[in-house]
Amino acid sequence: MAVASDRVRSTVIEATEFPELSRAYQVMGVPKVVINDRVQFEGAVPERDFLGAVLQAVETP
Amino acid sequence: MPILTARDQAAVRKEFERIAGPVKLVIFSQELTAAELCQQNEQLVREVAELSDKITVEVLNLAIDRERAEAYGVDQVPAIVVEGSRDYGIRFYGVPLGYEFSNLIDSIIVASTGEPALAEETLASLRALASDVEIKVFSTPT
Repeated sequence: MAVASDRVRSTVIEATEFPELSRAYQVMGVPKVVINDRVQFEGAVPERDFLGAVLQAVETP
Repeated sequence: MPILTARDQAAVRKEFERIAGPVKLVIFSQELTAAELCQQNEQLVREVAELSDKITVEVLNLAIDRERAEAYGVDQVPAIVVEGSRDYGIRFYGVPLGYEFSNLIDSIIVASTGEPALAEETLASLRALASDVEIKVFSTPT
């Protein structure tokens, strides 16, 4: 997704090496995805659902 | 002691047959913060880069190369920026071993082609984004 759009930046974080970040984002299981600190989900999801989460995260509240 | 076994190297070389263009792996280290992990990260990235003549490596220091770190939006070590013909915004925090290792290899290949393996509908939606999206993926090696 990062390659597909200049708007998207994607960071893969090794949860055990960054316990503070993992705590801050309440990582209980992996993979855990957090988008714009607003929308989050755990586990692998279909591409369509991932995109849905991205679009949800950029919606104006 | 190398991190990658001969078998790993062979598998990655096979994957790297798909590399289309140059890729730069920019490493951020900071020995004071996480010496062992930063050394392991540098070693891993160098071992990967040796498997393709299209990959180059640059090592920066988070504390010294502050402007570069800020430009990349990197604030943790060890970190890896995967750059293709331009910076697509692909970052890794921590040593990408195990499951994350295949993510690193996939990222290198995608960055080299600039062609994401996504459905046309997804690509169209992403092209239409009007604001920035910051995705964090928390993962573990196993």
